[in-house]
Amino acid sequence: MSVITIERKVLEKNDELARQNRSLLDRHGIFAINVVSSPGAGKTSLLERTLEHLAGRLAVAVIEGDVQTDFDAQRIARYNVPAVQIVTAGGCHLEANLVHDALGNFDLSKIRLLIIENVGNLVCPSNYDLGEAMKVVVASTTEGDDKPLKYPGMFRNSSVLIINKIDLLPYVNCSIETLRANALRINPSLIVYETSCTTGAGIPAWCDWLVERTTAGKT
Amino acid sequence: MHELSIAQSIVDIVLQHLPKEEGVTVRSVRLRLGAMAGVVPDSLEFCFGAITEGTPLEGALLEIDTDIEPTLFVCSACGGTSLTVLSGREMQVRDIEVEENEGVR
Repeated sequence: MSVITIERKVLEKNDELARQNRSLLDRHGIFAINVVSSPGAGKTSLLERTLEHLAGRLAVAVIEGDVQTDFDAQRIARYNVPAVQIVTAGGCHLEANLVHDALGNFDLSKIRLLIIENVGNLVCPSNYDLGEAMKVVVASTTEGDDKPLKYPGMFRNSSVLIINKIDLLPYVNCSIETLRANALRINPSLIVYETSCTTGAGIPAWCDWLVERTTAGKT
Repeated sequence: MHELSIAQSIVDIVLQHLPKEEGVTVRSVRLRLGAMAGVVPDSLEFCFGAITEGTPLEGALLEIDTDIEPTLFVCSACGGTSLTVLSGREMQVRDIEVEENEGVR
């Protein structure tokens, strides 16, 4: 019996591909966000409102991750933006190699903002760097205000929190102050936006921030 | 269930380190999991067992060195939560124990 020392990171292959994605995106001056949430928090609706609002302001492309079906990609197709669907066929998260392949379908010289909609899951996507500039976590009021404490990993690794479905606050047992406070306890540097995709509340502020971040430091 | 793809990554790495000659079996794989790695050890062991069938790692013991994640990290001096993560997210294959089967050498 002999011992062989290995000392290698389990996700080194993913991390290396994520680095390649990041440098490819940087080279083209593309700002990329990785949008994560539990299923049904409203990622796709938020994306639709965002695309509506950014139409004519910013060249956006979308990568849609889904376990099954291309329903979300069909919803996005209406907005006339380049979109690629990744069906993970059971996989609970996107990995850097899938995004790497998807990027090959775009004319990167024509894109300023890339929105990657991850698979609905608050655990698994947190381990997989895709090469994005930052993660945006969406938490909806219907999920309750304790979500950040139950899934600290995702809130810790995200830069922006979008509290969605604020129009439903009168009907659900959720305090937006508690939700916000819980998230900031996990990660005090989170930037927080409150939105409703039904009424459109908060969408302009979120989109203005996106435009500002995308064009920051560029002419 | 990202434990399945993590188990696959572990197997891929181990296979790259096996001696070239045939008849080598892996007895154990030692893995370091940080407190915030976000991996369930039981699930990972289950997936590792399933995925190693028919490979030189079949029957190998997955030794996971880990500690459990506290919900919230708070500075013991000031109570602040504005912390920088220095370690705890690591997920690393440390070493493996291998055995050369009789009659092959």
